[in-house]
Amino acid sequence: MATAAGTLPQYGTHSGLWSWITTVDHKRIGTMYLVTAFTFFIVGGIEALLIRSQLAVPNGTVIDAELYNQLFSMHALTMIFLAVMPMAAAFFNWMIPLMIGARDVAFPRMNALSYWLYLFGALLLTSSFFFTAPNSGWFAYAPLTEVQYGASQAMDFYALGLLMLGVSSMAASLNFAVTIINMRAPGMTMMRLPVFVWMTLIIAFLLFLALPPLTVGLLELLFDRNFETHFFIPDGGGDPILWQHLFWVFGHPEVYILILPPMGIISEVIPTFSRKPLFGYSAMVFAGIAIGFMSWAVWSHHMFTTGLNPVPRAIFAANTMLIGVPTGIKIFNWLGTMYGGNIKFNTAMLFAVSFIPLFTIGGISGVMHSSPPIDTHHQDTYFVVAHLHYVLVAGAIMGMFAGLYYWFPKMTGRLLNEGLGKWNFWLMFVGVNVTFFPMHFLGVAGMPRRIYTYADGMAWGFWNMTATIGSFTLALGILFFIINVFVTLRKEPNAGDNPWDAPTLEWATSSPPPEHDFDVVPAVRARDPLWYDRDHGIAPAPPTDEPIHMPPPSYYPILLGIGALMLALGPLSSMAVTALGVPVILYSVWGWALEPTH
Amino acid sequence: MAAEAHAAPVHHPTSTGTDNRKLLMWLFLASECLFFGTLISAFLVFKARMAVPPFPHKREITESLYSTLPEKIQEQCATQLANGLRECHGILDIPITSTSTFVLLGSSLAMVLAVYGAQHGRPGMMKAWILITALLGLTFLGFQVYEFRTFGSEGLNLATNQFGASFFVLTGFHGTHVGVGVVYLLSLLAASFRRNGLGPEAGFHVETAGLYWHFVDIVWIVIFTVIYLIPS
Repeated sequence: MATAAGTLPQYGTHSGLWSWITTVDHKRIGTMYLVTAFTFFIVGGIEALLIRSQLAVPNGTVIDAELYNQLFSMHALTMIFLAVMPMAAAFFNWMIPLMIGARDVAFPRMNALSYWLYLFGALLLTSSFFFTAPNSGWFAYAPLTEVQYGASQAMDFYALGLLMLGVSSMAASLNFAVTIINMRAPGMTMMRLPVFVWMTLIIAFLLFLALPPLTVGLLELLFDRNFETHFFIPDGGGDPILWQHLFWVFGHPEVYILILPPMGIISEVIPTFSRKPLFGYSAMVFAGIAIGFMSWAVWSHHMFTTGLNPVPRAIFAANTMLIGVPTGIKIFNWLGTMYGGNIKFNTAMLFAVSFIPLFTIGGISGVMHSSPPIDTHHQDTYFVVAHLHYVLVAGAIMGMFAGLYYWFPKMTGRLLNEGLGKWNFWLMFVGVNVTFFPMHFLGVAGMPRRIYTYADGMAWGFWNMTATIGSFTLALGILFFIINVFVTLRKEPNAGDNPWDAPTLEWATSSPPPEHDFDVVPAVRARDPLWYDRDHGIAPAPPTDEPIHMPPPSYYPILLGIGALMLALGPLSSMAVTALGVPVILYSVWGWALEPTH
Repeated sequence: MAAEAHAAPVHHPTSTGTDNRKLLMWLFLASECLFFGTLISAFLVFKARMAVPPFPHKREITESLYSTLPEKIQEQCATQLANGLRECHGILDIPITSTSTFVLLGSSLAMVLAVYGAQHGRPGMMKAWILITALLGLTFLGFQVYEFRTFGSEGLNLATNQFGASFFVLTGFHGTHVGVGVVYLLSLLAASFRRNGLGPEAGFHVETAGLYWHFVDIVWIVIFTVIYLIPS
């Protein structure tokens, strides 16, 4: 029976490996996502440093062409699917229930399943390096991915790995959509939700609607490679462009799935450290929704040079230009939030504020690509590499780091060291600009993408060397972050409930929160509820005697994940493994359905 | 321990008034619309470009193309026309597939009756109609297996031509969804024989399964229309 706060169990009293394997607690799952995602972020970073080492000088000899193709393909796959998306999932897991005043997500076991599917899919995809890793780019254009162009199973690893990761994201996106729509605390209306929650809701819808076309493409690729169909093989009547359409119908919403959560994060950080509510909340929400809708209408801007007819090309060009408008609205609203504010430039705020100009640079090169005749010159050059890394590294990653510094005290009870944080930030800020700005020049000078080396007389050596130096600077900055984490975790927890005097509900409970999140579910009277209560002298309600029941742990999620992995391993080894996976899945599903949840 | 066991399941009120699990099923079905929509789009892309038999419907080919075909497929194009072209008969059997469509539609009717039984506290009626729904679903799958084997023996398989590839992938994944639905229904049926049956939420569980089952049926109506009824 729950009574006073002191008798309620604190987070972390359950210890041991089994408690982590069977956890259904959104905070623990969030921690697992964060640690795994950061590990793969390092893996992707090492892949990048190898690439940059090879390209630093003409006629580089660090990596041969075969390995280079695998490295740049896996660098993108690792960063997008194994690092950025799961890092966002870590924040969704940790903060969404807290921000809406819920005690967990709608489906805690399915939440755990999403993590295990991610981990196993990530291991499956990465294990391909023991054989041949995917080597046809992360976008895997047909027909190069077909069996006649490579004897290895690299593209089977690709398809099966992405299918597993897709199921993980499907389950998570459905879970978070239901959670946000259906589990808000009393008084938490949709238009009082923090912007981070809105962005999560929007990308949840994008994910479960955009993943099916990719799934179909991956299945058709598997069929081409293993069952002699000709979906994408011209000789049999197939169409390689069909693959591009299927991939980019997913791929374009995917890049908004990557950027909207960091935009949501800085929409929380900037108001907190400006000591001012977010400027233009409604515009921020509707701009996010507009970006979500419009993201479906631009995919063929990745295909401007494939021979599309002029009318669709013009439509996609116009839509691509238009999607800059809601994005611009967000930029101005962040600036408007800071204007007249009482600004504190701690590390979290530095990362958040730097997002604004850095993402804008990426957005400017992006809108340049929106013109088909200009894009014809950009396509497959380093100009596009510059654009995508500005929006994803200088944009999304910097936004994620703002979230890390902002929410680290809530997750661990300790504030990250500000001195080390400043080194982390400035090295990363200098690093991203020195690495990626010169790539605009290289692109304009004609350097193509995906080449493992270049000749001496191309005059590309200077900026390539500059970019390589920048990449190691960026890596050093990230090393400072890792040091900061280790140094900080050795300190005693002393952050308190709300070290930033922030306005949203996750700060209305202890740091870290107890297993049941809130002793009392907060009553929400306005947007920025903690500032409203502070300014109107409303004290938090005392705990009641009401019993709180949390869902019990379960081993069925990891077991179902193992069954799914067995299904995926069959085509790579022996179909007997797939056949054995079926009863594992059935046993897990039935056990899951029948076990008590109270 | 703060957690306390409850005899009856406690339902926390939801923000919309709709149960979380039902909302989950609806959003999942929305994603399935995209899944089948993409498969149907791929079918339509290739339908517009059919060049090599077997064809779904009756179509003419040139004598020179006829001479390049394997013998088994040449049998389908035996008819010689006055203008020198060969006429290939369509491989689809509309009467048989109309029957299987009717069977699947009937299974949706059975599902409605099963939901009625579950929601009105009539477990006997519920169990009987769940069983009938599952059996009708299995009958539909039986027709699919018959059709796949017949086409195979007539020379149409995944590798033969684009119609074969897109047809088998589309109808195959649909059939898989029907199969999953049958397992879902038989699992509910088995669980309903426990001492407590499906519990106080029997109506809810059967209704949610009904959403899935009707969706799979509606997808078949679209597939049947696009593949079988609309001529090439």
